[in-house]
Parts: sequence; C-alpha cells; structure tokens
Amino acid sequence: MKLECRHISKIFGNGVKAIPALDNICFETREGEFLSILGPSGCGKSTLLRIIAGLLEPSEGEVVYSGHSAAGPLNSMVFQEHGVFPWMNVIDNVAFGLEMRGVSRKERYERSLDFLKRVGLAQYARRNPHELSVGMRQRIAIARAFVNNPEILLMDEPFGSLDAQTRLILQDELLKIWSEHKKTVVFVTHDIDEAILLGDRVLVMTSVPGRIREVMTVDIERPRDLQVESTRMFVDMRIKIWNIIRSEVEQSMMGDRHDAE
Amino acid sequence: MMLNSDRIWYILLPLGSLAGILLLWELCGRLGLLNPLFFPVPSLIAAAFVTMLMEGEIQANLSITLMRVFAGFLIGTIPGIIIGLIMGASERTRLILDPIVAAIYPIPKLAIFPLLMIIFGIGEFSKIMAIAIGCFFLVLINSMAGVRNINKVYFEVAKNYGANKRQLFTRVILPASLPMVFTGIRLALGTSLIVVVGVEFVSANYGIGALIWNAWETFEIEKLYVGIFLCAALGILFTVVLKRAEAYLTPWFGHMAHRDQE
Repeated sequence: MKLECRHISKIFGNGVKAIPALDNICFETREGEFLSILGPSGCGKSTLLRIIAGLLEPSEGEVVYSGHSAAGPLNSMVFQEHGVFPWMNVIDNVAFGLEMRGVSRKERYERSLDFLKRVGLAQYARRNPHELSVGMRQRIAIARAFVNNPEILLMDEPFGSLDAQTRLILQDELLKIWSEHKKTVVFVTHDIDEAILLGDRVLVMTSVPGRIREVMTVDIERPRDLQVESTRMFVDMRIKIWNIIRSEVEQSMMGDRHDAE
Repeated sequence: MMLNSDRIWYILLPLGSLAGILLLWELCGRLGLLNPLFFPVPSLIAAAFVTMLMEGEIQANLSITLMRVFAGFLIGTIPGIIIGLIMGASERTRLILDPIVAAIYPIPKLAIFPLLMIIFGIGEFSKIMAIAIGCFFLVLINSMAGVRNINKVYFEVAKNYGANKRQLFTRVILPASLPMVFTGIRLALGTSLIVVVGVEFVSANYGIGALIWNAWETFEIEKLYVGIFLCAALGILFTVVLKRAEAYLTPWFGHMAHRDQE
C-alpha cells in the first residue's frame, strides 16, 4: 500500500483575505514505513494530514492511494485530543470504526477487547472516558485506529497534550504496537525528538505557506527506545533539524516585525 | 475542613436556612411586627393547607395544573427537539426556518393566549397549546445551539471512521447535543409553570393559578399563600427530577470539554 501526495496546495479563503497554507507538497510513503512530518505550529501539517485523510479538499494536486486491497478502510486517523467520544464507554469508542462498517457486536467487542488488553485498558472497557486520564484517552484513540485495520494510519500530534513522562511511555507503546502490525504511519508532530525517535524518515516542513524543506532518513536501528536519544547520530540529526527550523522561525519573526512597523 | 469531611452538612445547612426563615417569619408575625392581613404566619398557612388537603381542594387544583403542564410540555418539547436538531444539522433548513423562529420567539407566550382561545376555544386545548408553544421555541433554540456547538473534531472522527448520515445522527449529533437539549427542557419546564399560572388566572375554574386568583378575589390570604407555595414546590420538583435525568443520561457533561476551547 502506497500513499502519494502530488503537488498538493491549499489556500484558505479567497481574494485579498486568501491565506496560502500549503504549497506544492510532493512525497510518497514506502510500504510499512513510519513517516514523521515535522514542523512549527502553523506550518499546515495538520491541514496536510486532513487532506490525506479526505477530510479536506486540496486547492490543487491530488492524493493517490495505490495497491489498495479493499479489506479495510484506506486510512484511520488519531486526532490531537477530544477525539474520543465522551458519551460512549471505552470499548464502544474503540469499536466505533468497526460499528460504522457494520461488524457484528460480538466480533467488534472481541477485537476491541484484544486491543484494549494490548494497551493495558481491558479492565476499563465499560468505563466512561471522563473517568480516565488524558493519556489513557489517547490510548483509546490509538486502539480505535489500529482495531479499524486501515491501510495507512494518520496521527495528528496524538501526544501533543500529554505531560512529558506519559508522552515517553506512549511513544514507546506506539513503537511496539507498530512493530507488531507494520502499518504505514504518517505521524505529524512539532516535537523534533519525537519525529526522529519514531520515524524512518522525517519530512521537515516550514511555514507560510507550508512547504517541504528537507526529507531526512533516520538511520537508527530498530527496535528503538529512549536510549537512542543520547546517541551521536540522534544528536547530530536533532541539531541539523533545529538549525533548519530555527532559521525559518527567525525569518518569519523578522517578517512579523517588518509587518508591525 | 468541616464542610469537606462531613457530607451531612450539605443537607443540614440548606434545610436549616429554610427552617430559619420560616421560624423568623412566624416569630415576627406573633410579635405583631407583620400585618396578618398581608403576611399570615406560616403555621396558619400550614393549617389552611391541611384543611384544603382534607377537602380535596389541593388535589383537584394540583392535578389539573399538572395535566396541563405535562400535556403542553410533551406537545411542545418533542417537535421542538426534533426540529431544533434538524435545524442545527442542516444549514438549508436553518436558513429557511430561522427567520420564522426569530420573529415568533420573542413574543411573550401569554400575549398570544387570547388568540389561542379564539382558535381553539376556551376549553383545555387553548391552555395546553399556550404552554406547548412556550416550550417548543425554548427547546428548539437550545437543541439547535446544541448541535452547532458540537466540537468539529467529533464530526471529523465520524467521517474518517465511515459513519453514514443515520449513524452520524444517532451516535454523534444526538448524544453530543443532549446537554444543551436538557438546558432547553429545564427552561421549558420553568416557562410552562409561568404560562400555566397565567392562563389559569384568566380562564380557568380549577388549577393552581385559579386557586390563587380566587383567593385574591375572596381575600382568603392563607389560600393565596398555599397556592404560591405549591408553585414553588412544583418548581423544585421539576428541577430535582431533571437533574437526576441529566446525571443519568449525560454523566460526562461537566467532566470533559464538550465544545471547542480554541
């Protein structure tokens, strides 16, 4: 299963108020790849993900999925936060995609419960999300996406609202689940370390309009855990990415200053 | 802290303040500080209540008022919820119906009661319809707002996970807007009490409004107070029942962000 973005541009609004959000985005994923899309806030990376998901129409260009086996849905998305329905209990949330596709109650509960066990939430299956922590709710969102068995998983800063410790634990869990299922993942984040730690490649974006500035391959062996973050290769990469992003952010801030004058 | 450790105070303090006010009232009355023509002491009002209860006067008036309120409430609320949800979900429907709603909603419902009597006659149905109309618009407006305030991300989840229109409605729109639907229902019940008393003032032989009005005309001041207290009791009863239903049906509300916080 391959995902290809061909010359995608997106402009919000029209006339003088038009805001260019994305400009000529081209890339393709490889089979079973974990692709990180990294960029500062406002660079349009969430917009790009929504276009890939089919939730937004691009102004130009197209998204092509090739080699679809038609067994499951094309893509399933893990949303930033508030993506878990508060009016459904945990297992109904996880089973949501299966329910929408008409899978019988018995089967969807079995499959969902399996996955809840996998993320350590089986004993909370009948609880309501508001009784759980934010980290647990993001586990529910991740379980919901994996259970849906999509060709490609799309993740929109799923750990953005978590505290540092919980974030580390969930990154680790995500890597383990992913290594078992070998799904193609497109993971959007503004966290440099997260992008490198998780990704096979890191696609660095810059803002206004969002463009791909650099595509970097992460040559760090898997399985990875937190310890790789202190290796030479990781640190070099972090500095390189930081320099790209910093110059970009500084430029845009200078631009703001000029605008203000 | 005493208040945090001992839940009994949560019951005792509010009850105590209520009892305190009644006691103060009784004392002032007995000491001659209050004119008994306007402010009879609570014990006299209670005695009147007991007499009316024995003679069946309370039951006769209360039952007819409750019947009017519930009939009007149901007739108004059910279509109010349905049309409100549809207006919230469908922009086209909203564009067509919104001006009509905006024009009729601000009219005090008592103002159209004479018109309703002309149309439906002076029997029960005009009274019930006045209450129904009052409920209808309140529930409609709040249900519509409930749908429009749903966090955009819930729609995105539904779409991304393949919900069709029916599934989107039953699994997302309906439950997500429920807290606001309840707000509408709470306001509607409050309004139906106001409207029922109003219409019973002008055109009823029985009912709490009629009881109060007759008491005023015959200057039976204790009965008048009994009527007022019955209204208060009904208001409290509605509130308590609704709170229970709300806690049961929307247990998440207040715990999790329901709307966009951006």
